[in-house]
Amino acid sequence: MTDTTKKTPVLSVENLTTSFKTPEGWKAVIRNISLHVDAGETVAIVGESGSGKSVTALSTMRLLPAGRSRTEGRILLDGTDLLKASEAEMRKVRGGSIGMIFQEPMTSLNPVFTIGNQIAEALVLHRGLSWSQAEVETVRLMERVRIPAAKARLHEYPHKFSGGMRQRVMIAMALACRPKLLIADEPTTALDVTIQAEILHLLRELQREENMGVLFITHDMGVVAEIADRTVVMFRGDMVETGKTDEIFAAPTATYTKSLLASIPRLGTMGSAVAPKRFPEVDASTGTATDGREMNPVASTVAPILKVDNLAVRFDLPNGRVHAVEDVSFDLRPGETLSLVGESGCGKSTTGRAIIRLLNPSAGSIVIDGQDVTKAGTRELRTMRRTSQMIFQDPFASLNPRITVGSAIAEPILAHGLMGRKDAKARVAELLEQVGLSAAMADRHPHEFSGGQRQRISIARALALNPKFIVADEAVSALDVSVKAQVSNLLLDLQEKRGLAYLFISHDMAVVERMSHRVAVMFLGEIVEIGPRAAIFDNPQHAYTQRLISAVPIPDPSRRGQTPPPLTEEIKSPVRPFDYVAPKRSYREVSPGHFVQDVA
Amino acid sequence: MTTMASVSMPFASGLRRLFGNRAMLFGAIILGIVILAAILAPWIAPYAPNKLSIINKLKPPSMTNFFGTDEFGRDIFSRAIFAGRISLLVSLGVVVISTVLGVILGVAAGFFRRLDAPISRLLDAMMSFPDILLAIALVAALGPSLTTVILALGITYAPRLARIVRGSTLVLRELPYIEAAVAMGLPTWQILARHVLLNLASPILVQATFVFASAMLAEASLSFLGVGVSTDMPTWGTMLASGREYMNNAPWLMVFPGLAIVFSVLSLQLLGDGLRDLVDPRLAKES
Repeated sequence: MTDTTKKTPVLSVENLTTSFKTPEGWKAVIRNISLHVDAGETVAIVGESGSGKSVTALSTMRLLPAGRSRTEGRILLDGTDLLKASEAEMRKVRGGSIGMIFQEPMTSLNPVFTIGNQIAEALVLHRGLSWSQAEVETVRLMERVRIPAAKARLHEYPHKFSGGMRQRVMIAMALACRPKLLIADEPTTALDVTIQAEILHLLRELQREENMGVLFITHDMGVVAEIADRTVVMFRGDMVETGKTDEIFAAPTATYTKSLLASIPRLGTMGSAVAPKRFPEVDASTGTATDGREMNPVASTVAPILKVDNLAVRFDLPNGRVHAVEDVSFDLRPGETLSLVGESGCGKSTTGRAIIRLLNPSAGSIVIDGQDVTKAGTRELRTMRRTSQMIFQDPFASLNPRITVGSAIAEPILAHGLMGRKDAKARVAELLEQVGLSAAMADRHPHEFSGGQRQRISIARALALNPKFIVADEAVSALDVSVKAQVSNLLLDLQEKRGLAYLFISHDMAVVERMSHRVAVMFLGEIVEIGPRAAIFDNPQHAYTQRLISAVPIPDPSRRGQTPPPLTEEIKSPVRPFDYVAPKRSYREVSPGHFVQDVA
Repeated sequence: MTTMASVSMPFASGLRRLFGNRAMLFGAIILGIVILAAILAPWIAPYAPNKLSIINKLKPPSMTNFFGTDEFGRDIFSRAIFAGRISLLVSLGVVVISTVLGVILGVAAGFFRRLDAPISRLLDAMMSFPDILLAIALVAALGPSLTTVILALGITYAPRLARIVRGSTLVLRELPYIEAAVAMGLPTWQILARHVLLNLASPILVQATFVFASAMLAEASLSFLGVGVSTDMPTWGTMLASGREYMNNAPWLMVFPGLAIVFSVLSLQLLGDGLRDLVDPRLAKES
């Protein structure tokens, strides 16, 4: 793969500069990008949001709107300059010599055509096959991307495919015309870690077999370490560093790369710590990191603030019943963080929302601060909402765009009649400062803030009522790495200062390891393993927990390929017939407080 | 995604945006002139609207009669100015009634699952009648007068707004900031007023301008069919209708009331468009 003999690169980009038209004139969004991709090589472009990595890919494909953008430089595909090609020639290049896969597998397939039909279409269009030839080739392609029972699934519609399977279909479509270059724009970002591991594994194998060049765009340094031969690091439109992936990881030269690498949450950096540990503080001017200190352990003698017993949430669909949450029990003490981990559809968010009573549980009981709120009416709910709060994932959708942030934070205080307008204003200022913003920002609207700042505002709003515990539903998942560490540290500091309990819902194992006192692993609506953080990460007992931890990409190229090739199977569905009764599960205690579900 | 670092000065920046948006300013000026002319009609109209002058019938526009005269020699300029009073009153009344009804029904249907089916079926039933037919039936039932015409058209157009409002509310209801508001224990009315209604402003404004235009034409149709506002006061609609017979020989009978409608509707749409941008803080320009 790392053949260094002289050959012409598949793709060579020289001094690429792309500008967008703004009311103030043309503004360069990427400047002087030069890179090349050889046959059989994977080059990763990595950077945080707004770094220009996607614009680089779109410019290369000439997919930016012509009137409002301008691209200069040279883009050579096999020696021909794409910037000089006509639109008709470009149509042949896209999907012909260059294949593409995008981030959103759920929306990139047309729901009204069968999978087979959509793959075959590309073959008929670009390779001039007849429909019957195309069908044979389609089955072969589906087998190549390891879709089980390809022949049988040919005539199925996209809704029957999971996210990972759809991404396989997208890859099959991209491979249909034997492209020389594959551009993959965050192809695994929307997928669960175990599925991500499968897709990365598949891409590596296919690349070897087809000898393609791959341009891989991602924000995830773990994925870069896993897949890329060479890496281009971008920051605010500039290329700050480029080189062999292992060299960049071993000895980064640019300050930005250093701080980026230093801020990635990594698994297995907890040492002998028992309690959560703050993320390393990264000095942006030098890129050096000082490891964070360990937080306070939780006194096991205090009474729990939250007790959940045999919680079940079920929804009825026309064709069956979704057992979203089944027989979930745990408790949470003041000052403690319990993380709920698992992949999409495992019921972790539903559990959190049921506890906050944003939806109604079907069975079981929820006791908050000694008060049973399972069946609480409107008035009791209002009182309960002072004790328990929630922070949401999407910092862009969790604030009302029409009201100022100060007014948003003051709203719950005024609605609960806790203080008058004047005092509330002072309280808002105080809260903003507590979350690391300035009091003067209260008059601004949400759109004037970055994602990380908005998440801080959401935290301030959640704190406004002085809650005793907070459900943080993927609260840091949508943030860039450097911001993620800062917001996580803020949550840890607030916990220590106020004795807050967190129910930390996340799919990001590296963040969970840092943040948690205890961890509960959920699979298909049930807790399969629960225990102290160290026990779960160092001594996982359940097969699913082991699989989940081993699937996390490790940001270290020297440890590449050490993870076993993942299983190729669809995650089972929690939709059951109406007469299904969930079996009673039993748990065994491995070590003090560490429980594992027995295999049925 | 640009970070905006402007210091918030709502009023000043609002004014700047108002004047920054030329189309909107144009709309505001035209609408202002139309409304002012209607209010000041008795003072600025050169003739009484119903003053007959048979010798002067069907005269083309001239210095004495700016817009010409109709088949009874009445001055079209004066009539158009007076007609504006009724036409604007009807349209504005219809917009207010249909918006209030539409927003109440739409938000109720969109936000409260249990009310959705009954309200939506009611709206379907109302929309299954042609607009004019429903309005005629309502006016006939209530007896023709200015108030009943406004009321009838207001009810007729309410489903148009309700539909849009319901759809937008359904989307809003699922947004995290609404959920956050629920989780904070805000009373329902406050969630509806501050979080739902405020974010519905754009679709409502746009739809309301459409209703304004439709109402003006519908009033004309009703008058034409004889179930409109009483016939002794001209409206742009009745002027259009009665001018139809002379379209070939004396086109000015139709052109001027027609232009009055076009300009009122256009100015209102420009204004509505601009207002929509103005109430959206995300579109605030960086200073």
